[in-house]
Amino acid sequence: MAHSHESNTKRIWFVFALLSVITIVEVIFGIIKPDSLYMTNLFHMNLLNWIFIILTIFKAYYITWEFMHIGGEKGSLKWSVVAPLVFLVIYLVFIILIEGNYVFDVFHKSHYKWIF
Amino acid sequence: MAATVTTATTGKTWDGGNEPMGASYGKLMMWFFIVSDALTFSGFLAAYGFSRFKFIETWPIADEVFNHFPFMHGTDAPMYYVAFMTFVLIFSSVTMVLAVDAGHHLKKTKVAIYMVLTIIGGFIFLGSQAWEWKNFIKGEFGAVETRGGAILQFVDAEGKRVALSEFAADIPTDRVEKKKSEGIWFQSGPAMSTYSVEEVVEGFKANPNLRVRTEFLTKEKKKTILTREQSIERLKETHYVVEGANLIRNEYGHKLFANFFFFITGFHGFHVFTGVMLNILVFFNVLLGTYEKRRSYEMVEKIGLYWHFVDLVWVFVFTFFYLV
Repeated sequence: MAHSHESNTKRIWFVFALLSVITIVEVIFGIIKPDSLYMTNLFHMNLLNWIFIILTIFKAYYITWEFMHIGGEKGSLKWSVVAPLVFLVIYLVFIILIEGNYVFDVFHKSHYKWIF
Repeated sequence: MAATVTTATTGKTWDGGNEPMGASYGKLMMWFFIVSDALTFSGFLAAYGFSRFKFIETWPIADEVFNHFPFMHGTDAPMYYVAFMTFVLIFSSVTMVLAVDAGHHLKKTKVAIYMVLTIIGGFIFLGSQAWEWKNFIKGEFGAVETRGGAILQFVDAEGKRVALSEFAADIPTDRVEKKKSEGIWFQSGPAMSTYSVEEVVEGFKANPNLRVRTEFLTKEKKKTILTREQSIERLKETHYVVEGANLIRNEYGHKLFANFFFFITGFHGFHVFTGVMLNILVFFNVLLGTYEKRRSYEMVEKIGLYWHFVDLVWVFVFTFFYLV
């Protein structure tokens, strides 16, 4: 294992630089909020938010694969950790956000008021 | 081991030393703990998303809430500080992974140094979070609540936020805070605000350039600002002065906003705190040479997994609370 030491630390610093750059890009976008992205909606969410979420998933990938070394584990361990999470999170978010949007519609279109 | 072996297969599977999925017991259990904890956090964040979509028209704008930076009082610095916190946590993740890396080569001193750096990073993060909470709880501008539960904020003619202290009238009053401990009241009343509702309303009427800003978002994704006449009309429904945030109401807008903020960042902060404590424990074991004697620094690796997970959660909290 000793022979791979040098390349390992190099890789770690590379990932650190990458994660920092992504965070800085996110913050810059978050501060200037370009109208072309912020005002355009796609599936009830503006494009800027989509970019943030994609960048976050990108960061999450690097943290789990490079820092937590899940890429180096056996396939059975790797997928019994990653697959349930990916499936359940997508499923949960999908049904719950749709429900939230539905509740909003119900309040919005009916004569009920929740805030006045 | 050989004495109890009846067949080669049972010996291999049941007589110890077997590692399912190629990972030691501790590491495997840490992974599955992380799976369950990740689902817990996903549940929280999904619930936050639910409430946000449910109240999409009126949800507070995060940039206006988290815009403080140390030693830069009064300047609008959205997100810089949270970005700094994110950076600290990612950096402490890097030192942790460097400690794990040094552990693989049994370099005791290096492991110890990187563990110290990780612990320091954890403490900086916790301190930053405490500071964020302090700002959030204290509030900056103050607002009033209507009887229907809406939050009304105050802006000047240009749409810039105005604090209650800048315009509230000074009306002599004999109001006192009702406290059970004082023995006169059977029940305790709500905490007494700095200004009474009358003081705020009279002060508003005396300053013709003030307007009321409601929670509703316009087409331009800005908060609605009422006209002067509408503002005065709206203020008639005021029943409570809100300063800062607590679990019942907050000056930023929807009640759930503060509740989710306290709950999710608090739960994450509790994880960071636990992580720091575990790191300290492991650090002392490194110094004592516990892992040196074992000829294995796997404990550093297991704690490292937890620490990276905490960082991973923060990456999502950062996105959903501050960016999106």
